[in-house]
Amino acid sequence: MTSSAIFLFLVMLALGSFVFARQKALAGAGGDPAKLHSLPRHYGYFAATCVLLPGLFAFGIWVIFGNSIIEGLILSGVPDRVFEQNGDQATLVLNRIRLAVENPNSPETDPDILAAAAKFQAIYLKGIWAAFVLSISLGLVGLYVAVNRTKPDFRARNKFERVVLITLGMSSVIAIATTLGIVASLLFESLRFFQEVSIAEFVFGLHWSPQTALRADQVASAGAFGAVPLFAGTLLISFIAMLVAGPIGLLAAIYLTQYASQRMRKIAKPMLEVLAGVPTVVYGFFAALTVAPLFRDMGITLGLDIASESALAAGIVMGIMIIPFVSSLSDDAITAVPKSLKDGSLALGATPSETIKQVVLPAALPGIVGAFLLAISRAVGETMIVVMAAGMQPNLTANPFEAVTTVTVQIVALLTGDQEFDSAKTLSAFALGLALFVSTMVLNVIALKIVRKYREVYD
Amino acid sequence: MYKMASELETMTETRKPKMLAENVNVFYGTNHAVKGITLDLHQDEVTALIGPSGCGKSTFLRCLNRMNDTVASCRVEGRITLDGEDIYASRIDVVQLRARVGMVFQKPNPFPKSIYDNVAYGPRIHGLAQTRTDLDEIVSTALEKAGLWNEVKDRLESPGTALSGGQQQRLCIARAIAVNPEVILMDEPCSALDPIATAKVEALIDELKGRYAIAIVTHSMQQAARVSQKTAFFHMGDLVEHGDTTEIFTAPKQERTRDYITGRFG
Repeated sequence: MTSSAIFLFLVMLALGSFVFARQKALAGAGGDPAKLHSLPRHYGYFAATCVLLPGLFAFGIWVIFGNSIIEGLILSGVPDRVFEQNGDQATLVLNRIRLAVENPNSPETDPDILAAAAKFQAIYLKGIWAAFVLSISLGLVGLYVAVNRTKPDFRARNKFERVVLITLGMSSVIAIATTLGIVASLLFESLRFFQEVSIAEFVFGLHWSPQTALRADQVASAGAFGAVPLFAGTLLISFIAMLVAGPIGLLAAIYLTQYASQRMRKIAKPMLEVLAGVPTVVYGFFAALTVAPLFRDMGITLGLDIASESALAAGIVMGIMIIPFVSSLSDDAITAVPKSLKDGSLALGATPSETIKQVVLPAALPGIVGAFLLAISRAVGETMIVVMAAGMQPNLTANPFEAVTTVTVQIVALLTGDQEFDSAKTLSAFALGLALFVSTMVLNVIALKIVRKYREVYD
Repeated sequence: MYKMASELETMTETRKPKMLAENVNVFYGTNHAVKGITLDLHQDEVTALIGPSGCGKSTFLRCLNRMNDTVASCRVEGRITLDGEDIYASRIDVVQLRARVGMVFQKPNPFPKSIYDNVAYGPRIHGLAQTRTDLDEIVSTALEKAGLWNEVKDRLESPGTALSGGQQQRLCIARAIAVNPEVILMDEPCSALDPIATAKVEALIDELKGRYAIAIVTHSMQQAARVSQKTAFFHMGDLVEHGDTTEIFTAPKQERTRDYITGRFG
């Protein structure tokens, strides 16, 4: 007997009640579906829901709380002596018990632990049987209620539709709740960070060096948490990326919407969108292994000092990555300009190029600005390419030939490897995340506002 | 071809047509939309093109300034001349042609720019004004000719799209006039307007008559009767009858024309 068996059993019970309720409804109407309020299958759906919902509720409680209840029961039976041996760490005791349970030949010798392990299995079995009986009996109660109500004039469809409606609503609530949860966790961890490092230092500090002493006797620095170099690096790389993606994306959109033949458009548009489907890590090693060394070698030829990890390489590859963003959103904006405006201009004797520059692009401008802002927020949040190609040094520089680092790269660096969770170093990742979240959100809101305002003009 | 043209001249009056279409066929892919149409437009006349929907009158109109070039599947055969010059000849620049043959569309389509910039758009493109004063002059003259000056002279900088439908359409006419065309083509210019705005546009067409050769596509037979001197009746891509408006409306020669005018179909 395992947890998944309970689930399977419930589903089978629900299927059975679907068939049963459907038959009962039909029989109640003397085999004539027209005499029923709803279609026969709606009675079936209703019965299946009445079985599944309470059954799954009980099952869910077992899945979520079952473990901690069992652990509590086990630990209460373990003598204090064992806790003292393990430095009062309940998790350590539990782990020893679990090891003994999973591996009968384990070198565990402590009789109390072995006793607890034996007890564990018995309690676990009892628990799972309790969960099984509870969920199946709740399901059967549901079935009884549903079957009792299955009469020809019962409004089964309306009841079932309400269930569907609630399910749909819950799904959207989950998305919203998750977002709120993420924001809250960012916020609380950031608050803890700001208790150790002042906001002013974080926002205005020019030096980023998050190494802190782990023990009081260590000779490490106190750490510096000035985020300005990180945001400067992010801005520099995003700026380079937009220098690449902005013109290329916009010009591609103009060509595809205004000049390209139908055939060319049919081929080129999906190709551009394939570019958007390339995983960023692939762009990352393209940047790190091909573009960055190429720039370094070119720099040597030109007498420029270009680092082998440079903002330039990362920025340009990131720019290539967001070309499809700019081009496809600008394409939409340009296509949304009514043909009548274009015709009006052409009929006045304007050339196609004059028409595009003076009528089509100005009319599409809000949409294009929105496309650019969305592309920028994408560039700001991008991680993989910069991790691989831009380096790790928090340089405060405007020189694209030097290695820089970005907010996202530092978050990765702060949270990988062995970490002490409540040090300022680790917590600073949350503060960076919060700052990044706020800035991209502001960009997105502005972009969506502009795009929406633009839509109102022509629809 | 030459013979046909001379026949036409004697058929109407013995004067040179501003525009002359001879045996024009238009195809959209395999669809034969306009079938062998021969028609002339004169400097001091308004010609109304009437007929049921899909009869090819708008398609024909759009051949006269080569707006059909923008439709990829469209193919035009036959000969159309402006002052005796073939407008489909390879040495003709379509941009210059459209400056000489202006067009007003079914739905008012002012650019999302100020009223002033809407009218100044054509003159700026064609370099008609050397100084700002010249341009001001062209804009105000065009707006006056379009009968819109008094309504907008105090708000030339407000957007053209903020005007009412009828004002927008007169703005579009002013925009076409500002380029100083010789021919003005109007494709159902009043179909999106209310009766009062329609009356204003019709009065304007009357004003413009004589300075420009005008061709107007319309669904309203009353409108054709009110504004035009010549009427051409199109049906299923054929030009069924073409002649003086009074004659077409009082004594049509063809049965199809009579049926359409008396409202038996269409």
